[in-house]
Amino acid sequence: MADKKKTGLLASIGDSQIWKSIFRTGVPVTRRQRMMGVLNSVFLHLHPVRLPKHAVKLKYTWCMGGLSFFLFLVLTISGILLMFYYRPTVEYAYTDIMDLSEQVPLGIMREIHRWGAHAMVIAVWLHMFRVFMTGSYKPPREFNWAVGVIMLFLTLLLSFTGYLLPWDQLAIWAITVGANMARATPFLGHEGPGASLLAIGDINLVSMTSDIRFALLGGRFVGEGALLRFYVLHCVGLPFIIAILMAVHFWRVRKDGGISTPV
Amino acid sequence: MLDGIKAFLDILSKPQISFTLIIFIFPFVIPPTMWFEKWHRKLGLHLLWTRKGGLYMFAFITIILLLGFFDENFGKILGKPDNVPIIILIYSVFFFLWLSMSSAYKNDERMARGEKVEEDYGPDEKVLVWPDLVYIEMIALILMTVFLLVWSIGLPAPLEEAANPSLSPNPAKAPWYFLGLQEMLVYFDPWLAGVIFPTLIIVGLMALPYVDDNPKASGYYSFANRRASIFIFLFGFLTLWVFLIVVGTFFRGPNWNFFGPFEEWSVAKVVPLTNVNLSEYVWVKMLRIGLPSHPLVREVVGIVIVVLYFGLPPVILARGKLRGLVERLGATRYALVIFLALSMMALPIKMYLRWTINLKYIIAIPESFFNI
Ligand code: HEM
Repeated sequence: MADKKKTGLLASIGDSQIWKSIFRTGVPVTRRQRMMGVLNSVFLHLHPVRLPKHAVKLKYTWCMGGLSFFLFLVLTISGILLMFYYRPTVEYAYTDIMDLSEQVPLGIMREIHRWGAHAMVIAVWLHMFRVFMTGSYKPPREFNWAVGVIMLFLTLLLSFTGYLLPWDQLAIWAITVGANMARATPFLGHEGPGASLLAIGDINLVSMTSDIRFALLGGRFVGEGALLRFYVLHCVGLPFIIAILMAVHFWRVRKDGGISTPV
Repeated sequence: MLDGIKAFLDILSKPQISFTLIIFIFPFVIPPTMWFEKWHRKLGLHLLWTRKGGLYMFAFITIILLLGFFDENFGKILGKPDNVPIIILIYSVFFFLWLSMSSAYKNDERMARGEKVEEDYGPDEKVLVWPDLVYIEMIALILMTVFLLVWSIGLPAPLEEAANPSLSPNPAKAPWYFLGLQEMLVYFDPWLAGVIFPTLIIVGLMALPYVDDNPKASGYYSFANRRASIFIFLFGFLTLWVFLIVVGTFFRGPNWNFFGPFEEWSVAKVVPLTNVNLSEYVWVKMLRIGLPSHPLVREVVGIVIVVLYFGLPPVILARGKLRGLVERLGATRYALVIFLALSMMALPIKMYLRWTINLKYIIAIPESFFNI
């Protein structure tokens, strides 16, 4: 049995029934095994099996799209952990955050989440920058660029909605500054141009309690309603949308012919 | 000596001066036309994208930041945990600007010599994703994880006093990535700075692939055959976005007043508000008859100016310099391009009107919140 083949530990693991049942090929040594390994894995199969040589160069892609995605995953995981401890109410939000750093052992999840979010914003900008500089938005990739722009916007919104959750001075005032702009939305904000035109007789349709800012904040100022809305958007609503768009984005990178190549 | 330099940098950072310098220097650094290209070479600015140029830029930024860290006032702002990302942003934007431009210049030279671009290995030169890509991804992933861990262990996330709706901090700043927009609030009302401009940025970015019909240079770095589009994009990204974020973060203190980076943020600093609406200039100062009561009559000059600003240049340019563009893009897309470009230029124009003649609004109809 043992001398059937001269094999190392790795190869014998690769030959085992458990390994084969999971990965279907042995340890990827031969060309065929490597190709099948990529094809068989749902995760690796995001990639094609073979790529033009320049496409794997760090100098070409800066790996920024990949890092944006990785940071999104880090944020999802650390965010889920944070949700175990955090209650989105005016009463508890601030103290829960405080406990997070003082009571929870090895509590750097909040740091990972916050700094990771900043890093993701930067990574997404740089990814757009590289896509622009390589002219990769040109046909046939126009649509994927547009999908990217929406994800950029959603990334900023995710960051913005998360900013409120610690419920400290920094949070509510930054969100107040931001949300006050909504008040001035043309037609939809009660201090926006054209809002007064939307009236039936004497009754203004767009008022302080019915405009877009009110819808955003769930109230007339940044309070209980805003906290809950931002929490739901931040933890469920926006990640849901951006995850779907990422699926579209990655699918389209493949369907548009893979990483752009000189023509 | 050091104080002299700091005082000098304080003055230099004033938006009036720094922004003007940047606008003036920008086309020589990223030359959009052959005329600028000639000067770009003559002034030796193409050397910025060599290894040495990159090192000099790196050293320059580092020296200023070091000067800042050891300064009592600038150090306070730089040391804020939430400002760390901006420092990372500054370094990475410069680094990747350098990287992409130097790759582009190298490729341009290759093409000028009739060679293939660096990215072009021919259709048969392929590598396997396992291991060539998967390993790179794994290394990038590990490095990023280490980076995040070090950052997170080294720098606790800030938590200020509990929220207090009745005590507003001064200045109340938006998160750093929106500070460009908040900086625009100095020059435009919220409906423009906070709603219309962001919308136009998103629309403009999404429209980009549909209006840039230059099919050249996709899939490799290059500058020579798409200089105009690179110029416009970088002007928007670097000066109107990144630079305004830097201004908003480092140079704006209490009451959103300007403070040089080495200046102390004093709440007591009073900047007289002497801004005047165009209608007052016209009716009160020039015609000396007082403001008419009907808003549309009162603002007629401003309205005409705005309409002409968006209406005249497209027509004139379509007959003159940009005739070729109209033919290539068709009327609709051409109109969209010009509209977006004029909107983008409206920001610097309004800035200069504010700085030179203290102009508050070109059109001021506060009755319906319509101020431009
Ligand atoms: C949420 C953020 C985003 C994620 C996770 C993401 C992810 C990716 C990944 C993994 C790739 C493969 C190539 C690479 O890594 O460069 C890619 C390609 C691409 N991305 Fe994104 N992206 C994001 C945002 C954006 C944005 C903001 C834009 C543009 C405005 C954009 C436009 C594109 C285009 C056009 C490609 C194809 C590039 C080529 O073929 O060379 N993406 N993206």
